[in-house]
Amino acid sequence: MIFAVLIPLLIACFIPALSKLKEKLHTGIFVFFIPFLIFLYFVSFIGNDFTPIREQYSWIPSLGINFDLYLDGLSLLFVLLISGIGSLVVLYSIYYLSKSERLGHFYVYLLMFMSAMLGVVLSDNIFVLYTFWELTSISSFLLIGYWHFKERSRYGALKSMLITVFGGLSMLGGFILLYVVTGTTSIQQMIGQVDLILNSTYLPLILGFILLGAFTKSAQFPFHIWLPDAMEAPTPVSAYLHSATMVKAGLFLVARFSPIFSGYEGFFIVVSVFGIVTLCWGAYMSVRQTDLKAILAFSTISQLGMIMAMLGFGTKAAVFAAVFHILNHATFKGSLFMVAGIVDHETGTRDIRKLGGLATLMPITATLAIFGTFSMAGVPFPFLNGYYSKELFFGSTLGLGSDFWSQAIPYLAVLGSIFTFVYSMYLFFGTFTGKKQFDQLPKKPHEAPIGMLISPMILVVGVVIFGLFPNIVNASFLQHAATAINSTVVYKEITFWHGFITPFKMSLAVVGFGTVLFLTRKKWQPVYQVLPGKVSFNHVYDAIVNKIGNVANRITNYYMTGSLKTYMSLILGTTLIVSLLFMYLTNGFAFNTDQLAEVSFIEVAVVLIMIVAAIATIYMNHNVAAILVVGVVGFGVAILFVIYRAPDIALTQLVIETITVALFLLCFYHLPKLRKSTDSAKTKIMNATISIGFGALVTLVAISAHSSRWFESIADYFVENSKKLGGGDNIVNVILVDFRGLDTLFEISVLGIAALAIVGLIKYRKNKEAE
Amino acid sequence: MYKTNDLILRTTASLIAFILLGFAVYLLLAGHNSPGGGFVGGLMTSGAILLMNMAYGLEVVRKVLPINFVNLIPIGLAVAIGTSVGSFLFQQPFLSQTYGYFKFPILGEIELATAMLFDLGVYLTVVGVMMTIILSIANDTE
Repeated sequence: MIFAVLIPLLIACFIPALSKLKEKLHTGIFVFFIPFLIFLYFVSFIGNDFTPIREQYSWIPSLGINFDLYLDGLSLLFVLLISGIGSLVVLYSIYYLSKSERLGHFYVYLLMFMSAMLGVVLSDNIFVLYTFWELTSISSFLLIGYWHFKERSRYGALKSMLITVFGGLSMLGGFILLYVVTGTTSIQQMIGQVDLILNSTYLPLILGFILLGAFTKSAQFPFHIWLPDAMEAPTPVSAYLHSATMVKAGLFLVARFSPIFSGYEGFFIVVSVFGIVTLCWGAYMSVRQTDLKAILAFSTISQLGMIMAMLGFGTKAAVFAAVFHILNHATFKGSLFMVAGIVDHETGTRDIRKLGGLATLMPITATLAIFGTFSMAGVPFPFLNGYYSKELFFGSTLGLGSDFWSQAIPYLAVLGSIFTFVYSMYLFFGTFTGKKQFDQLPKKPHEAPIGMLISPMILVVGVVIFGLFPNIVNASFLQHAATAINSTVVYKEITFWHGFITPFKMSLAVVGFGTVLFLTRKKWQPVYQVLPGKVSFNHVYDAIVNKIGNVANRITNYYMTGSLKTYMSLILGTTLIVSLLFMYLTNGFAFNTDQLAEVSFIEVAVVLIMIVAAIATIYMNHNVAAILVVGVVGFGVAILFVIYRAPDIALTQLVIETITVALFLLCFYHLPKLRKSTDSAKTKIMNATISIGFGALVTLVAISAHSSRWFESIADYFVENSKKLGGGDNIVNVILVDFRGLDTLFEISVLGIAALAIVGLIKYRKNKEAE
Repeated sequence: MYKTNDLILRTTASLIAFILLGFAVYLLLAGHNSPGGGFVGGLMTSGAILLMNMAYGLEVVRKVLPINFVNLIPIGLAVAIGTSVGSFLFQQPFLSQTYGYFKFPILGEIELATAMLFDLGVYLTVVGVMMTIILSIANDTE
């Protein structure tokens, strides 16, 4: 089983080499065999006595993350869809994409996607599932942006990426919480601990996060907006990813986790409500579209909402209907996308307003389309599978409960289905019948080559077979899939005629009202001016994306002014506030006057002089004066050192001060004139506040530090051992060269580096004038 | 540059420079037992050379002291590191210092410490650094 998941990825590595041969053979021919063989392999599992299979491979055992594969009925359904439709799509793409395209890229992305999708549906480990889930997002991004020179393609790719990755990450959050609650990473083991999860306080969070992942991936309202824009992808991609496989990953997720959540009231409400709303909104919006693929995109959204709603109902009948409809939707929607692709390919446009009357020129395509659209609409003919699942859907909406919303669901379902009927009819009759206006088309239309028609033909044959013999795979296949979602599902016979019961009446109502609405379409079109009118979720998305950029830009521009003054104020101001806050919170203010020495007159005098000089420095308007006044402060410090009996430091300070003043004077010639401050009064007050505040802070910290001494000083050790161990009476010097010689070593290195840097700056500077 | 007759300056400068140099050597040698050390000694030496530079100009200083001061920096650092690494030869950790008392014919008993060599490294570096900085700024013609 692991080979089935990884082989597409492995083969993808060799595609670039194969695509060099494309002048002779289309690369797709090699690729075709991969999904086809996988399909054959998994078909062998179908049978009445199917039992789930489990395989396990170590990946990161220390974190409990193993490559856990689990094949049950649900996975089998999805695996067959992925590989089966995958084969047909590859076959179709061989004729759809010409050899002048970058085929290597296309098939590498497609195989990557196939692997990822197989991984998603077969994983039993939540983290492995998440890994493949993101791989589907990435490969889908690459496929949507396949024609990257088109602006709309890039926009669509980015949009789908942002929305699905947003959902994917929130899903990861839900998974992590699940792991925290249950202590296991295996989904099947989690199902065994349902009570633990249902009683957890995290349950609403887990459910919310996971459903967000499922809803974004499956294009549920209001996250559906990425799907219509993803239609910029080549049509085989739209048919494969955005109708049959990737968008169903969210459904798979909900189905996979419904044994866990079905015991929780909120699950039913959220999933059903979102599903029904998506069904109605998607169908309603679809009628408005003029692009064939856009109609199909909104139709997909609406159908996905319908399946989601059924999964939300969670009853036996609903789950069975959901599984059946997943299969049916894949068949007819896949074929419709291919038909749309053929129309596009042969006429050069997908705009339904320009198309019309193609049935005479493209009879085979039209025949295929009629099966697809009528099946999608749920027209009650015994050879259309869409009708069966729609009737089962209507049946499942009945009797859900006695409260208002449960009573409203059947009506909403009928409403959504009426619009489904309208756009299905519009899609078929608008394209293949009516006014012929071939002169407006970019190409002269003609029937597609037979190779292109094979894939939709096979899918339509599927539609008809499931329509004529709806029970053909019931016991051996659908039953197992439904059981995996809701273990109470019992064998159910699908029949065309149940008698004149409510679901049938609902279907008749759909057809009746739908026909009326379709025929009077032009009259009520203005309703779209009212709803959605100006309301568009695309606007919301665009606004969010632009706003985030703008706001981030504005914030950054606000404080990253490029002015060192501003940065200094920010740094000092932040330090000031944070330090004061911490001192306040930790009660760090300590004033202890026990160990203070006597203050002598000379100290006061020297400090006063220094204060005067320091303040004067700020007001000096001339270079030399400023340098000299700063020198006063320096010499004052030296005198203080003398008073505090630090002869070495006093000496050093004196000489350094002298040399610094000399240096300043040497540089004086080069220094710019001191400028009068041009700051506004507000800035000046701000600066003064920060300076005074910072000074006060340092004073406070110094006093507090002095007042709360926690440990004895190590100075006594130096005093005792300076002669004994270092052989010197000058303790400072012994510390500098012996006890702490390493510091000195690096300090002289710093000096050396500074000197060399100055030489470098002066001698090796570039001559500006020479340039 | 206009020429002036700095007779008094020059006469006193050469006198003071000698005193300063002597004091610098004293500070360097006496550092271990009384205030002073390689750092102050180095600064004082550069002060003396600076004074000469001011009184007589760069040409004379170059003639009297034919030293490239930039080279003093690596030499000083090498001396300091050399004495630190030297302790490895005696199976001691990095930067271990030792001292001893020795009798010399004329001088009598004198204390010699390896820390002195380290201080010498500091001294040389400081002289090199200060003179490099001052001379390169002072002689910057642009």
